[in-house]
Amino acid sequence: MAFDSFSAFLTMGGHGPYVWSSYGAFFVLMAALMISSLRRRRAMLDACRRNFMCQGKEPGRADRPAATFTRVEVSQD
Amino acid sequence: MWQFFHKLGSPKWFYGISTRLMPWLLVIGTALLMAGIVWGLAFAPKDYLQGDSYRIIFIHVPTAFLAQSAYIMMAVAAVVTLVWRMKLADVFVKAVAPVGLVITFLSLFTGAVWGKPTWGTWWIWDARLTSMLILLFLYGGVIALDRAINDEKSAARAVAVLVLVGVVNIPIIKYSVEWWNTLHQPATFKLTEKPSMPAEMWVPLLLAVLGMYLIFGWLACIRMQTEILAREQKTRWVKDLVMAGRH
Amino acid sequence: MTAKAPDIRPVTASVGVAQAMKSVFLRDVRVAFRQRQDLLNPLLFCVMVVTLFPLGVSPEVSFLREAGAGILWVAALLSVLLSLDHLFRHDFDDGTLEQLVLQPQPLFLLVLAKTVAHWILTGLPLVVLTPVLGVMVQLPGNSIAVLCLTLLIGTPVLSLIGSIGAALTLGLRSAGVLLSLLIIPLYIPVLIFGTGTVAAASEGAPVGAYLALMGAFLVLAVTLAPFASAAALKISLSNS
Repeated sequence: MAFDSFSAFLTMGGHGPYVWSSYGAFFVLMAALMISSLRRRRAMLDACRRNFMCQGKEPGRADRPAATFTRVEVSQD
Repeated sequence: MWQFFHKLGSPKWFYGISTRLMPWLLVIGTALLMAGIVWGLAFAPKDYLQGDSYRIIFIHVPTAFLAQSAYIMMAVAAVVTLVWRMKLADVFVKAVAPVGLVITFLSLFTGAVWGKPTWGTWWIWDARLTSMLILLFLYGGVIALDRAINDEKSAARAVAVLVLVGVVNIPIIKYSVEWWNTLHQPATFKLTEKPSMPAEMWVPLLLAVLGMYLIFGWLACIRMQTEILAREQKTRWVKDLVMAGRH
Repeated sequence: MTAKAPDIRPVTASVGVAQAMKSVFLRDVRVAFRQRQDLLNPLLFCVMVVTLFPLGVSPEVSFLREAGAGILWVAALLSVLLSLDHLFRHDFDDGTLEQLVLQPQPLFLLVLAKTVAHWILTGLPLVVLTPVLGVMVQLPGNSIAVLCLTLLIGTPVLSLIGSIGAALTLGLRSAGVLLSLLIIPLYIPVLIFGTGTVAAASEGAPVGAYLALMGAFLVLAVTLAPFASAAALKISLSNS
């Protein structure tokens, strides 16, 4: 342990605000990136499932040619 | 050999293998990163020049490494896109560009916050800082171009051309920015690099760098999976996948 | 309308590459001279940008002398950027570009010819204008001469790199802003060396080595940029 006490660990020899704000930004942004990536995949899986369910209910729609566009806009945050 | 190459290009195969790989990437990556950070924050000795502010290095260096290597990986994928038209390669470029942008921003931000106690200012027009800023612009350009083109195939190939033009320019930009820096401002400030870091400092740093790469791998996998689902949503295997409810 | 009709003669297999490049070049120059306002706009823009600096920062001689070369370089860079949108746009709109792509001659050479025409019509007038602007920002005579030389070597590089961006953003919404976003980072080395050379000259240092480095940029851009823009053009055309 490089510090004598927990409060010394928090103050970081006077550099506490700098160290903790950069670590804070790092964790917040990385967590946001990971969570948003997870949620986008979940949303995409749900959208696919909903598509197939709708097709199942209405047999007339299933043999229509697949949609003419392939690119799907997913909200990117 | 070609069989393998073909398999590698198949989105279905990639989806399966990455689903199996991702938990490992996430768990081992997070463990290494947290071990490196906790070790670096609490146990590594104090730097005798910079005091405790140097502890930012344990996130600054991993992000800076990754910011540059992510662009190089994108350039490799761009070559594959243009030469072999492999589907997965352009999925990779599209999926990774926003990650690269965030990580480059993080390395700039942590660098700026580190600069304040060390150099006495948030920002100096140091060669390395400036070239990282330009890297941030390059990532931004890639994302902007990808969003602007509606047709998915042309978007992929246009972005590949842009990434390659950027990667040819990166050494030129780096070199010219360094030249410019020495011309305008003799090295008053330099990152205090001691030739030999003690092991208690570089081992946690190495752990954090490795962990960061693994987490990047996880992010790339999950974002590529999202993109693959978007492109292949009418196919049979996606139907089997989502209806079976395993994901 | 007939006056503006594409003046390109049908190029048969017997026409050599040099002949084809020449006719593409001459055609671009001729079209540009029929729309003279388009030729004048970048120059006016450059003069106006330069005017903003004494008004916005300081009209003092010491400031202008120090910052003058940088101001002129930035103004020239921005005017080239502004004019790039026209490089392929008209030909794209009226279908000439598709004819160009279909020619038996290698596309990158035809693109090179178009880029050279663009430089003659935008970069070269800027170089000619520079001495006047240099006097306005109080640069000493020696610096003005070196500045003109750096612009003479540097503006073709700007046109060449810019042609890649123009080809990539062809036919997109808000192509102009996107073009700037993509291209400005790539312009940074040229700007650094252009202004650095003038700064060295004003301190009395020899500038031969700097000019040689800029020449190296030019050679690199001439050899690589036409390939990239030809590839980008093909992608953009298959898109629409």
